[in-house]
Amino acid sequence: MLISEYDGRVARAATTTDAFNAIAESSRRDILVALAGGEAAVGEIVDRLRLSQPQVSKHLGVLRAVDLVRCRTVGRHRLYRLNGAALRPVHDWIRGFETLWNERLDRLDDLLIELQQEENP
Amino acid sequence: MTITGTRHGSAVVTLPSDREIGITRVFDAPAELVFRAWTTPDLVRQWWGWESSTLVVCDIDLRVGGGWRYVTREADGTEHGWHGTYLEIDRPGRLVSTEVYEGYPDGEARNTMTLTERDGTTVMAVTVLHSSRENRDGHLSSGMESGMQHSLDRFEDLLVARQAPADRGAVGGAA
Repeated sequence: MLISEYDGRVARAATTTDAFNAIAESSRRDILVALAGGEAAVGEIVDRLRLSQPQVSKHLGVLRAVDLVRCRTVGRHRLYRLNGAALRPVHDWIRGFETLWNERLDRLDDLLIELQQEENP
Repeated sequence: MTITGTRHGSAVVTLPSDREIGITRVFDAPAELVFRAWTTPDLVRQWWGWESSTLVVCDIDLRVGGGWRYVTREADGTEHGWHGTYLEIDRPGRLVSTEVYEGYPDGEARNTMTLTERDGTTVMAVTVLHSSRENRDGHLSSGMESGMQHSLDRFEDLLVARQAPADRGAVGGAA
């Protein structure tokens, strides 16, 4: 496959492809943060984020499609909750970068301790 | 002698917005000393880069409008270069500069490093602002590759150390 075709496919990747695409939209990240506090009905998310009900429902649909959000029905209400495990790939992706910076800053830490020992023996 | 700090592994990476990467770390040192270690070539050479690389170029012209350039060399000879310009210098609390990874010259980022000292400890906060989410993600991915590579290198060292001497050539031959 040509790289240009590949780029085209990436650009058109559906929001429901995976967790990365699903959380590319900031409103959907806001919904995840709102659900981190516990289960909530659509109406509560609407109130908290000041989005319209159709918008929230649409975002919840995307989040459910990639299993970031799960839902159960209680009486006439549907309650949505966060499925943190589905964020794992995103977490792992960032962790590599964090490892790099940790190694670098750990060496800076060691150097700072040495420099202070030299100055205040 | 190896001194092992108690804060090892405590750097935290966050994604404050679509275009930013945040890195936070606390040091048991005054801000002035942290700033000096961050901006003095002889000191930067001792910590910047990563385990498998050496910093072969470390130029720092620490004045507003002045440039900086770092080049690392891997054991296999591969070189990576970064350069930029200092935009704001407020010693020791704040340093703002541009950064370009020379392997991807179109993606200029703006780095803001702040140091906040309290009771002998200093909180370092680095924010890398990219021009687009794609560039930000590219930067994170490059970190992932090297970060994963280091973990794998260490894993490999462990495996080599545990293998019988006769088997070592296959895995550790390049060392």
